[in-house]
Amino acid sequence: MTNPGMKCMVCKQPAVIDLPRHNAKFCGEHFSNFCREQTAKAIRHHDMMQLTDRVLVAVSGGKDSLALWDLLLALGYQADGLYIGLGIGEYSDESGQYSQRFADARGLKLHTVDLRGTYGFDVPTAAATMKRVPCSSCGVSKRHIFDSYAVEHGYDVVVTGHNLDDEAAVLFGNALHWEMEYLARQRPVLPARDGMPKKAKPLVRLAEREMAAYCIVNSIDYQVEECPMAAGNRHLGYKEALNLIEAQSPGTKHQYYHGFLDRLAPVLADTAADRGDLGRCERCGAATTAGICSFCRISAATNGVNPVSIEVVISRTRGSKKSTASKGPAR
Amino acid sequence: VKVLLRNPKREVEEAGPVRVHALLDRLGIHRETVLVISNGALVTGDSLLLDTDIVEVRPVISGGA
Repeated sequence: MTNPGMKCMVCKQPAVIDLPRHNAKFCGEHFSNFCREQTAKAIRHHDMMQLTDRVLVAVSGGKDSLALWDLLLALGYQADGLYIGLGIGEYSDESGQYSQRFADARGLKLHTVDLRGTYGFDVPTAAATMKRVPCSSCGVSKRHIFDSYAVEHGYDVVVTGHNLDDEAAVLFGNALHWEMEYLARQRPVLPARDGMPKKAKPLVRLAEREMAAYCIVNSIDYQVEECPMAAGNRHLGYKEALNLIEAQSPGTKHQYYHGFLDRLAPVLADTAADRGDLGRCERCGAATTAGICSFCRISAATNGVNPVSIEVVISRTRGSKKSTASKGPAR
Repeated sequence: VKVLLRNPKREVEEAGPVRVHALLDRLGIHRETVLVISNGALVTGDSLLLDTDIVEVRPVISGGA
């Protein structure tokens, strides 16, 4: 039997997690309270949503989206889920099952859209056809479907499970390459605009490790396996680099990302980079800066293309890393 | 200590008693990237693992779109 170490700083019972950046240790119950408080603080501080709003949670079956859904319900929000079947073999089959089990066990409404069934292509085929890394086609598809579904079904806000680690890594990538347009748009809440719904990221005050811990403590069964197509992408490299710094100096990721939001994001919001007017896609009517949106370009390019296997895409991706856009545009 | 690892899935035996952080250092695993679950319960870095414990080292880093 394991000998427990440190004590919860609130109740002095054995702790289950220590958070060096907060100089805090918590038992399961007080850690869950901490997660709820941090989520509520992010929602309030960034004016993400109201208790009367209809909320659509982007659900993947992973720790972040299921923890987010659970946290929002605990805070009293009316939240339904939307799961997208991306066609990534067994990985997608399992992620759909985790999402459905979570919803069924709690009597929640989970909408499902199958990418191939509805739009005629899947992520591996899109990645192979567009000759881009899989995460690029995947991100474009998910954003398009979540946005259009929310608007068509009258949801007030779409929420995603992007956590502090995700946002710090995206900021790191955007700052390394001085992607001014992406930097100007990297905010935890984006208002409804040009036919797009309001979008929010309520987990930006919580780290990735904390979301996994929240799931374990609250018996949320999530898909632990990572997407087989994401392995080795640039985004993971950025996370690794930031975690090395975090180990030396706890709190760095929080200071980096939230310092950006407090100090630089307001400046960038006034720059021309954030003022571009969006037109409408000639095919689907979605907001876009081009004549035809990225999603419709993928749809047109994959029309009539035979399904491509995951293995083929992975071998091509690892053979020639032509482009990465792991968590790129429109975030 | 029986240790279950992922990516790829495998099982290794490590000598106990050993603190969680020392075990991770021994395995070359960064503390920020995993959680450690001993006999089904989440444990902190200074918890002492014994020879009879079954431990899962669960990665927490995601990297999709």
